[in-house]
Amino acid sequence: MASIRIGSIIKYTLLIIVSLFFLTPIYVIVMTSLKPLSEVSIDQMWALPTALDFSSYKVAFDSLAPNLLNSFYLVIPATLLSALFGAMNGYVLSKWKFRGSDALFTFILFGMFIPYQSILIPLIQFLRTIELYNTIPGLVLVHVVYGLPITTLMFRNFYASIPDELIESAQIDGANFLGIFRHIIIPLSIIGFVVVAIWQFTNIWNEFLFAVTITTGSKQPVMVALQNLSGSQIVQWNVQMAGALLAALPTLLVYIFLGKYFVRGLLAGSVKG
Amino acid sequence: MEKAIPDKRKKKLSKDQLTAMAFLLPSIIFVIVFVYGFISWTGYISLSNYNTIVPDYSFAGLKNYLYLFNDFRFQADLRNTLFFTILFIGAVILLGLALSILLDQKLKGESIFRNIFLFPMALSFIVTGVVWQWLLHPSTGFNKFLNLFGIQPKWYTDTTILAGFKWGSIEFGLPVAIIAVVIAAVWQMTGFSLAMYLAGLRGIGDELREAARMDGATEFQVYMKIILPQLMPITMSVVIIMAHISLKIFDLIYAMTGSGANFVTDVPGLYMFETTFRGNYYANGAAIAIIMLLLVAVFIVPYLWSSRKGEN
Repeated sequence: MASIRIGSIIKYTLLIIVSLFFLTPIYVIVMTSLKPLSEVSIDQMWALPTALDFSSYKVAFDSLAPNLLNSFYLVIPATLLSALFGAMNGYVLSKWKFRGSDALFTFILFGMFIPYQSILIPLIQFLRTIELYNTIPGLVLVHVVYGLPITTLMFRNFYASIPDELIESAQIDGANFLGIFRHIIIPLSIIGFVVVAIWQFTNIWNEFLFAVTITTGSKQPVMVALQNLSGSQIVQWNVQMAGALLAALPTLLVYIFLGKYFVRGLLAGSVKG
Repeated sequence: MEKAIPDKRKKKLSKDQLTAMAFLLPSIIFVIVFVYGFISWTGYISLSNYNTIVPDYSFAGLKNYLYLFNDFRFQADLRNTLFFTILFIGAVILLGLALSILLDQKLKGESIFRNIFLFPMALSFIVTGVVWQWLLHPSTGFNKFLNLFGIQPKWYTDTTILAGFKWGSIEFGLPVAIIAVVIAAVWQMTGFSLAMYLAGLRGIGDELREAARMDGATEFQVYMKIILPQLMPITMSVVIIMAHISLKIFDLIYAMTGSGANFVTDVPGLYMFETTFRGNYYANGAAIAIIMLLLVAVFIVPYLWSSRKGEN
């Protein structure tokens, strides 16, 4: 008995120590963002604020608000389109396999792993040509296209769990390709859509390389604006921390309220094709 | 290989089958153009003289690649990437595995701990970079604790190279500053390996463990002999995914440290960005990008190949 208790004390102690390490940044972000400017200094970064001051949130919000809006204009259509394309592709590649379709799937999947630097220069030249450079629709296009591999993978794996007999019996009843998709597959894949949407929402919201190279100034999504905020010398740490929290809030809220689906997406995106 | 379609349905299906292929077509065209086409075009630029604002696609041979391999900054990048990758993957795997085993012990409050370890995954590397830049600020942050033990690390501003020796034009060895970046990256990505291992542990039936315990195996032996070998495929997946993240890492370092003094925290992703978009050296940038792609492909292609074979 005693040894069991000592064992679990050790386990809890280890977990609590690591938890503290994981929570430290949150503590510092929240505390610093709530401090008045006079208390924001490197010496006092661990100290609690003596008085709550929300002014840094106002400053951060005023400067980030247009970019937060940009991010929403980007992430909502890009997520919806991504999920739609992924569902169609996953449906075909799991339920309507044809000769060479597995090879084709691997051909598509490779795009998930490329460093985006390797397509960035032609991409920008292309976006300039079709006049979508430095526009939100341009970024939407980019995220939908480069989201194809992962969303296809996730839906393909998801649809693999729907029995083929269901499709076959619908065919016998006379349903065609689209009919089966609309009346059988989509109603069965609501959770699949939630998982893929959360995954794409998080990734697109947090993405930086495309955002910083394809947009400038007033068209920039919030992550680029946050980086600019912290890159400048004038802005104070409390404003930066408030800005970081504002920029992270949408994905954090998704994680807090839909964590189960977030983790499922995490695993679905990593499971082998 | 493919699932055989019964003959009697084959004829009836053909129209639907064509519709199915038609639905796939836009995506295939997108992938051909945006992935394979653009990679080829980048490869072409990397062999050109396009190192000016005005496009110049005249053929330059391997000039840009030769330049890079003799370049102090690029040599430092390769060194940093190597050490970053090893430390980052090692730490993410060990920490993720240890935490998942702890969480698998049916302790109370397991879900709270799990949520704490996983939440950084929801953040962007930019947010992580901004925050850890401050936490590891040389004159404060974690140093306040470490100073109590008489340690005063300079973190990402440190230019020391551990166990260094001359290699090319750089000092080869572990740049101390890289450790600071690894800490931030591990903080963010451990949740991933934790989630993977936890799913793996849940998938191993209790019967197997019970049987081993009945045979008199200690808890330690159960893990070493039964559980860890079963988790090998998961470890492989984690290594592949972490390797591809670490070989192309850009935003975390851009937000946290930049290239650092003597390029001690510089990486190819950052160099590519700065040389292409700040310096207008497109051909050099394209060459860096192609080298990055090749580094990633070394891991990814065998992985994709083997998982396809495994499926068939």
